[in-house]
Amino acid sequence: MRTALLADIHSNLEALEACLAHARREGVDRFAFLGDLLGYGADPGACLEIVAGLVQEGALAVRGNHDEACLGGVLPEMHFIARDAIYWTRERLGEAERAFIAGLPLTVGEADRLYAHASAERPQDWIYVVGTEEAARAFAATPARLVFVGHVHHPLLYFTTPAGTPRLFEPMPGVPLPLSDFRRWLVIAGAVGQPRDGNPAACYALHDHDAGTLTHFRVPYDVDQAARKILDAGLPEKLAWRLIVGE
Amino acid sequence: MMLGEGMLEAGTAVGGFRVRSLLHEGGMALLYDVEPAAGAAPFPLILKVPRLGFGSHPGCLVGFEVEQMILARLVGPHAPRLVASGDEDGAPWLVMERIDGGRLADVAAHAPLAPGEVARLTGTVAAAVHDLHRQNVIHLDLKPENVLFRADGTAVLVDYGLARHGELPDLVEEEFDLPAGTGAAISPEQLAGIRSDPRSDLFALGVIAYRLATGRLPFGAPTTRGAMRRRLWLDPLPPRAHAQGLPPWLQEIILRCLEVRPEARHATAAQLAHDLAHPQQVPLTERAARLRRRGPLVALRRWLRAFGAPPAAAPSPARQLSRAPHVLVAVDLADRREALAEAMRAALRRALAAEPGLRVTLVAACPPPPFGEETAPELAHGQQTAALIALRHWAHPLGLPAEKLRIHVAESTDPAGALLDYAAAHHADRIIVGARGHSALRRYLGSVSARVVAEAACSVTVVRPAGERPD
Repeated sequence: MRTALLADIHSNLEALEACLAHARREGVDRFAFLGDLLGYGADPGACLEIVAGLVQEGALAVRGNHDEACLGGVLPEMHFIARDAIYWTRERLGEAERAFIAGLPLTVGEADRLYAHASAERPQDWIYVVGTEEAARAFAATPARLVFVGHVHHPLLYFTTPAGTPRLFEPMPGVPLPLSDFRRWLVIAGAVGQPRDGNPAACYALHDHDAGTLTHFRVPYDVDQAARKILDAGLPEKLAWRLIVGE
Repeated sequence: MMLGEGMLEAGTAVGGFRVRSLLHEGGMALLYDVEPAAGAAPFPLILKVPRLGFGSHPGCLVGFEVEQMILARLVGPHAPRLVASGDEDGAPWLVMERIDGGRLADVAAHAPLAPGEVARLTGTVAAAVHDLHRQNVIHLDLKPENVLFRADGTAVLVDYGLARHGELPDLVEEEFDLPAGTGAAISPEQLAGIRSDPRSDLFALGVIAYRLATGRLPFGAPTTRGAMRRRLWLDPLPPRAHAQGLPPWLQEIILRCLEVRPEARHATAAQLAHDLAHPQQVPLTERAARLRRRGPLVALRRWLRAFGAPPAAAPSPARQLSRAPHVLVAVDLADRREALAEAMRAALRRALAAEPGLRVTLVAACPPPPFGEETAPELAHGQQTAALIALRHWAHPLGLPAEKLRIHVAESTDPAGALLDYAAAHHADRIIVGARGHSALRRYLGSVSARVVAEAACSVTVVRPAGERPD
């Protein structure tokens, strides 16, 4: 079986469609959405419609912090630009859409795998896995051998070592990595809708269960179109700029 | 009993295979002769099982994991084919092709060998190493025990427990007390924890060549990190101090491999193999004549440097190879178009500016002298000499240092075929060839460039001077 892992779509319809088309060409059997479907971008309704349709067909989906923020609350800890985008998104969500988000779990466990938006350590606290210490705590919080997350917006992997401290690896796009059975792996899928590693191309990962490999892909999409929609919608200008430079 | 904890009896089934006998009991793993449980194997097979259980080396499992990962990626004749791998109740195993044509360790036991034999054997191993590097893999533990031969003499590199793939995570542990490597052959940069430079394998090839030529190890076989670090400042005794008959060119090559800084060694294993195959073209430096270690001042300077920044390492094998391509330039000595020669040199100048480690070989073909003539040998010699002079003259405007330029005159009536053979034998990365001219002779011979483009296993640049049109 082959699962496409899509994280941090952030209402970016152009990026989502490009990644789905790419993954279908790669012959994936199903999709797993690792949270933050909403926020930042100009197409929350269209993105939710696509994801909800795929979930009906068997796709996995978990809730992200931006999705949760769209359900209500005053968001004192959120950056004001992100908060503006959340308030803008809230006005555009109907009852069915709010119900779909509210119904998403924080994590999904399946065989030796765990799917989540942020660290497996206290998922409700949305901890960023930004270093080996956070990765070690994430491994300690779950018995799963493979942990798939988003939230960080960079394509990365952490793996356990016999000495205990996990190590970081920056994958090359398109190169399948063997996920050795003798270790545990934490995979950060990269961001579909708002990459922040200097490369504006959308990013997702593909897990081949039978071959035991993981591949990150970079998918070019119509960034200009997505950015123009953000400006036309009256969302903060910085959000359009971020897409164009990928930062 | 777990798979790796004791010895397997004949007849034991592992995966889809049946054990026949124990072949080898190593410190890290056991090797068994096996056969498929059903059907016949297309070639002889061995089963490798890491030593597990109480008291086993913690690197056993990691090394095994690395070997499994890398063997699965390697193709071609210079690595054993991986047939199957798996685990029984958590104890891993793998089945691969058995290589039966002999071991370099057995040959090395008879060292010192004749210089020609040292060059041939080292060149064979260097060709295998280059093929590995081309696949973005560095071996990092080359020694005679890890070099086997096929029946046709092709070298096969085995034991990838410390190897590194440029695109995959490095699983080898540096947290053990000792650096990952073998004391006799570990390179200075590996001692600094750098595991990404393919030129580390060239250092180990130098240790192999030194041993074949003298019967000794250049740095002994130290077992502590401190003792291994001595090679950062102390020269090895030059091989000619042990073997008086050793030709200067061979010492030049061996000592260049053993340089402390990777950038002072050959840029690629292909360049090393090329030098070993063309001794008369090796530019000799002060290294060739040395009969003793260099003095305390050199050692002191290097000792001080050893505590500074580690050597500049290549970020990956693929990157290092892309900086040091072997470019063949096909020169047609009968073609008198100066504009073509200048256009070809211009293409070379651009490549030299972009690729600092580039090496050029000018290749020309001369027809063999008529068969049966008494004066044939002298005639051939005169023709060869004239061609060499003409090629040097051709290259003169480039102002290339001796190290970057090699020249080859092939005796053949088939220039395209001779060029293609040479390109394949010497791992050419690119061929520069002139477009067909207008003469009647050209039309008669057919287009060399068209055939080279169609049949070469590397990129080909066809150069046509500005203002000229095809027929």
